[in-house]
Amino acid sequence: MNPVNYLYLAALLFAIGATGVLIRRNAIVVFMCIELMLNACNLAFVAFSRLHGNLDGQIIAFFTMVVAAAEVVVGLAIIVSLFRSRHSASVDDASLMKL
Amino acid sequence: MNTENLIALLVAAPLLGAAVLLCGGRRLDRVGHWIGTLLSALSFVIGLVLFTDMLGKGAEERSLHQHLFSWIPVEGFQADVAFQLDQLSMTFVLLISGVGTLIHLYSIGYMEHDERRRRFFGYLNLFLAAMLLLVLADNYLLLYVGWEGVGLASYLLIGFWQHKPSAATAAKKAFLVNRVGDMGLSIAIMLMFTTFGTFAFGPVLESTGETSEGKLTAIGLMLLLAACGKSAQVPLQSWLGDAMEGPTPVSALIHAATMVTAGVYLIVRSGEIFNAAPDAQLAVTVVGAVTLLFGAIVGCAKDDIKKALAGSTMSQIGYMILAAGLGPIGYVFAIMHLVTHGFFKAGLFLGAGSVMHGMNDEVDMRKYGGLRKYMPVTFVTFGLGYLAIIGFPGLSGFFSKDKIIEAAFAKGGTEGWILGSVALLGAAITAYYMTRVMLLTFFGEKRWQPDADGNAPHPHESPRSMTIPMILLAVGSVFAGGFFSIGDRFMHWLEPVTHHDHGDSPLSAATVTGATMVVLVVGVTLAWFQYGRRPVPVVAPRGSLLTRAARKDLLQDDFNHVVLVRGGEHLTRSLVYVDHTLVDGVVNGTAASVGGLSGRLRKLQNGYARSYAVSMFGGAAVLIVATLLMRAV
Repeated sequence: MNPVNYLYLAALLFAIGATGVLIRRNAIVVFMCIELMLNACNLAFVAFSRLHGNLDGQIIAFFTMVVAAAEVVVGLAIIVSLFRSRHSASVDDASLMKL
Repeated sequence: MNTENLIALLVAAPLLGAAVLLCGGRRLDRVGHWIGTLLSALSFVIGLVLFTDMLGKGAEERSLHQHLFSWIPVEGFQADVAFQLDQLSMTFVLLISGVGTLIHLYSIGYMEHDERRRRFFGYLNLFLAAMLLLVLADNYLLLYVGWEGVGLASYLLIGFWQHKPSAATAAKKAFLVNRVGDMGLSIAIMLMFTTFGTFAFGPVLESTGETSEGKLTAIGLMLLLAACGKSAQVPLQSWLGDAMEGPTPVSALIHAATMVTAGVYLIVRSGEIFNAAPDAQLAVTVVGAVTLLFGAIVGCAKDDIKKALAGSTMSQIGYMILAAGLGPIGYVFAIMHLVTHGFFKAGLFLGAGSVMHGMNDEVDMRKYGGLRKYMPVTFVTFGLGYLAIIGFPGLSGFFSKDKIIEAAFAKGGTEGWILGSVALLGAAITAYYMTRVMLLTFFGEKRWQPDADGNAPHPHESPRSMTIPMILLAVGSVFAGGFFSIGDRFMHWLEPVTHHDHGDSPLSAATVTGATMVVLVVGVTLAWFQYGRRPVPVVAPRGSLLTRAARKDLLQDDFNHVVLVRGGEHLTRSLVYVDHTLVDGVVNGTAASVGGLSGRLRKLQNGYARSYAVSMFGGAAVLIVATLLMRAV
């Protein structure tokens, strides 16, 4: 099968993730959408690795996974503490920085 | 002994007097006036020593020079305190210290009852020092120091009776009007420095030939402005009449004999500049001619004896300025008239002071009358001064004024005719107003009455310390002119400094003298018909339009008020308006538009994480599109 199709899939997944980040209010969902975007990138890296015939893309995908795992830990902790303090997981409620 | 070294002492003696008297405090109250008078006399004696020494030398070696110290020695800018004593300076030194000493002597009596007499003598000495510095300086910058010094002394002495608001105001007025003229002198000095690279008399006056006429005209006009301020010439004449608020010896010394003639000195000293700038010279003659008539007309209408004499001073200095503007034809006569005027006008003022002294300080001539019986010495000395100023044949004014009128005609062309006629007309008016002063004061019925407190004046002759200076000045008024003129002594004396040119007069000397005599008789007769033949009313009649204008100094103050004060106010108001609308408008407009823009930009910062994310995505999208487009190109 043509590896370019994987790139189309990765772009589709990235677009879905980005749309989710922009339009959803629930922090958990926004978080999951970010994961979706990261995994879309991983898919694209692996596809490029296959296309070019070297392993660079696959190695970068591993790095991405490590960073994503660390991000999940920190992000979930923030969301939990936010929910504890204001009993809501809506990102729009956390708008104290506005003028 | 080296006589050059004495020059600095001329200035130092009165300066020491001023320092001692002004810093010495009350313990000097009893002897202060003698210290002042002696130091002034010392200056005169040194002047005489230098004069006899000068007479012993040939005409070309008479100019002495003393370099005292370098004041501001900077590369390319050398300001020295150095003196130059030539025939012109010598004339002034003798006049200033001689008349000055006599007036010091007179002031001892005149200021006897004033508790601030010591201070008065301190100021007088300060004036003498500054005036001597002015005429002895060998460069324009040091001259400027003296110029400002006499201005200061004049201010202090006009306002000497500062408890009178009129005196305080008059002092301020004199100071401010003089400031305009001083500005002219400082600009002239700056122009000299940029043009010649120096302001010493020698180099500046020698190199006028190599300079463009335009620059010389500018320097000349600025010097003329300076002379107008100090010598009370139109248009800066308004201060002199009010300056009569000062004690009378001050009016005699500063505002008649010496300081007000500094402008004439400046123009004659800068003769080479004016010779090379005919336009500036023409301006000088015009100023002289206008002032000559202006002062004379004002003098005709004043009832205040000192103000009438002040108008006369203005007019006589107009003669000198006119003569100085004629160039080499007139320089000698300007100085000659200056010296004779110094004698008779100082004498007249001292006479006026003596009259006031005997009349409870009354200055209104309409309340005098018939004083010749009560004050014989004053009458005779004043009378001799009067005959001298109107140009009675044989007396000082006859010789000096006649020469100026001749020189004005000798200028040649239409200009000569106009200037000569103006000078002749001035002579007629001079005869008229001086006769009026004489008749009102010393002749006719006595018109004084008890004042509001019931104190009737008891006219009496003044003490000897006052009459002796008056007698000496009267002697000068009678003989100086003849002494100078016989064998053209004065001309030969001054010629090496000022040079002389006879010009070509369309009229013979005898014709001019004849015409002068005719106008003299006409002026005197007219005054006699008006004031001698019938009794003089104590309250001045309303008078014609011209008389009323002349009583108000030909509306000089109204003119200044309308043109300068109101004009200045309107100018500042319009400038403030421009500042408020234009300048502030630009500044405030910029501020407001920046503020408004930032207010709109602020709305982007709404605190919603999602909207920030939109801008991030948008920015990233723009970057990607831009990158792709670049690739495509």
